[in-house]
Amino acid sequence: MADTQQLESIGASITEGLGNAVLSLSVIAEELILNVERSSIVKTMTFLRDDVNCQFKQLMDICGVDYPEREKRFDVVYNLLSMTQNSRVRVKLQTDDEGQVPSVSSVFSSANWWEREAWDLYGIFFSDHPDLRRILTDYGFIGHPLRKDFPLTGYLEVRYDDEQKRVVYEPVKLTQEYRNFDFLSPWEGIQLDLPGDEKSSIEIDDVKLKKPND
Amino acid sequence: MTEQNIKNFTLNFGPQHPAAHGVLRLVLEMDGEVIDRADPHIGLLHRGTEKLIEHKTYLQAVPYFDRLDYVAPQNQEHAFALAVEKLAGIEVPPRGQYIRVLYAEIGRILNHILNITAYAMDVGAMTPMLWAFEHRELLMEFCERASGARLHMAYFRPGGVARDISQELLEDIDKWADGYPKMIDDLEALLTDNRIFKQRTVDIGVVSAEQANDWSFTGPNLRASGVPWDLRKSQPYDVYSKLDFDIPTGKHGDCYDRYLVRMYEMRESVKIIKQCIANMPPGPSSVDDNKFAPPSRENMKRSMEALIHHFKLYTEGYHVPAGETYTVVEAPKGEFGVYLISDGTNKPYRCKIRAPGFAHLQALDMMSSGHMLADVVANIGSVDVVFGEIDR
Repeated sequence: MADTQQLESIGASITEGLGNAVLSLSVIAEELILNVERSSIVKTMTFLRDDVNCQFKQLMDICGVDYPEREKRFDVVYNLLSMTQNSRVRVKLQTDDEGQVPSVSSVFSSANWWEREAWDLYGIFFSDHPDLRRILTDYGFIGHPLRKDFPLTGYLEVRYDDEQKRVVYEPVKLTQEYRNFDFLSPWEGIQLDLPGDEKSSIEIDDVKLKKPND
Repeated sequence: MTEQNIKNFTLNFGPQHPAAHGVLRLVLEMDGEVIDRADPHIGLLHRGTEKLIEHKTYLQAVPYFDRLDYVAPQNQEHAFALAVEKLAGIEVPPRGQYIRVLYAEIGRILNHILNITAYAMDVGAMTPMLWAFEHRELLMEFCERASGARLHMAYFRPGGVARDISQELLEDIDKWADGYPKMIDDLEALLTDNRIFKQRTVDIGVVSAEQANDWSFTGPNLRASGVPWDLRKSQPYDVYSKLDFDIPTGKHGDCYDRYLVRMYEMRESVKIIKQCIANMPPGPSSVDDNKFAPPSRENMKRSMEALIHHFKLYTEGYHVPAGETYTVVEAPKGEFGVYLISDGTNKPYRCKIRAPGFAHLQALDMMSSGHMLADVVANIGSVDVVFGEIDR
C-alpha cells in the first residue's frame, strides 16, 4: 500500500498533468483525495487511467452523498484503484438537483450501473449515459430514497391482497411510531445555542456602558 | 429464396429460477438460441441497507453487513470494523486480529463451497453439493460456537471480536482443517477432469485481463483472467502480512479457470486457518477501552463505572471522529469496500457499500452475448453472485 509520501508524489504528477481542472488535492489519513470541477470529470478520469504515473485502471465505485444544507447539495465520489502503483485515489465533484454530470461510462464500462444507482438513489443526472434507468428500486418508484429528506419508512408499502389476487400499493401505516432518540446529550454534544449563550463569549472590556442621554 | 421476416425473441429468465441464484430477473434478447443482449434487472432484494445504516449507531450497523452477502457474512463485517477502526484510530490486539483472520478464511471456504457446488449443479452435477454441504454445516457449527449464530454472526465488532473463543474450539477447527483437503480432493475427482463439466465450462464466458479491468472485476474472477491481485497480499490488513499463503491465478479467464481458482483458494484458506491456530497469541480479543468494547459481564456486576459504560455503549453508542475512509477487504467474491463518512456523531453520515457482485453481474452482458442460452447459466454460476450484496 502506498504511503503518504508516494501518494503526494502521485498527487504532484496529477496536478501537473491536469492543471486547472484540479480544484484541490489532499492526502488525509493515507488516502488521496482529489476535488475537480463537474465539467472536467471525463478529462480527469481519462488522464488518471492513461497517464504513466497514475495508471488507475480500475474504477472501484461511484456513489453520491447528500448535503442538503449546501447550495450544490450532492457530492459524486469516484474511487479508483491502481494496481501498478498499489494505491487508490478518490475523485470528488459537487453538483445539484438540476445540474448534469458528464457520464464516465465511455472511460470505464463499469461506471454504467453505478451511475444508474446514483441516479436512482439520489437523482443525480448523468449526461451522455447510454441507459439511465432506475436500477435498485421498484418499477415505477417515485422519489430518490437516499436523499436526506426522504423518510426512512418511505411513502408506499406493498402487500398481497387476497381478494383482488394481486399486489397492492398503499400509503405506509406504522403500527408503532418510529422511535428516534436524540443521543446528542446536552452535556457533551449539543450544537444549538441556548438563549443567553451569546453573552458568554463577550469579553468584559468590549461592553461599554451607555449613558441614557447618548 | 423467399424472404422471411426474422424477429428477435425476448426471453424472461427468473426471478423465480433455480439457476438465477436468488432473485435475478434477466431479460434476454435472443437470435434463435444465441444471446444478443442480456439485461439483468436487479433490486428485487433491495432493503435500503445504506439508508438504514444512516439511522443506526455504529454498533447497530454491524448485523446489516451479515445480511449483504449471506453466504460469507463475517467478511463483510470485517470491512466495516476496519473502516470504523481507521476513523476512530483504534488498534485491535493481536489475538483479536488472528481470530478475525481465522473466521474470515472460514467465511471464504463457506462461500467457495456454496459457489462451486451450486455452480456444478447448474451445469448438471448433483453430487458435489450433497457431499460438500456436510462441511459447510460443520463450519457453521464453528461459527455458532464462537458467536452463538450459525449464519449471521455479528461477531467482528469495531475494536475486535464480540467475545473470545476457547482453546477447545481451536483444536476442533484444527482437526477439521486436517480432514478437509480430502474433501477438496474428492470434489476435484468429481469435477476437474469430468468430461461433461469441461464441455460446459471450458472456453465459455472468456474475460481477458483488459476486459476484467475495464469492468472492475475483483477477487477470483479477476485472478482467473491472469491478474495476480489479492488485497490480502498487496494491501494486507489485520495479520495477513504475517501469514504464508499463495495466490492462484488462471490463464484463460473462462468459467473453468474461475472454478479452478476457487478450488485452489480453498486449499490456501486451509493453510491460513492452520497457521492462525498454530500462532494464536494469548491476551485480550478486543481493545481494552470501554469506550468502544463493552466491559466484561463479571465486571459489570461489581463496578459502577463498567455498568455505566455498558449502558452508554448499547444506547447511545460511541461517537466516531469526523472524517471519511474507503476501506476494503478481500471478501470471497472480490473487493468488498465500505466508504464511510462520519460527521462526529454516533451514527454514520453515509455508508456506501461497494459489493463485488454488483460489478460482476454488470459484465454478464459482455460475457454472454454470442453464447448459447445454456451458457448464460454457466456464466452466472461462475461469476458468483449473491443478491443480498448486489441489491443491498
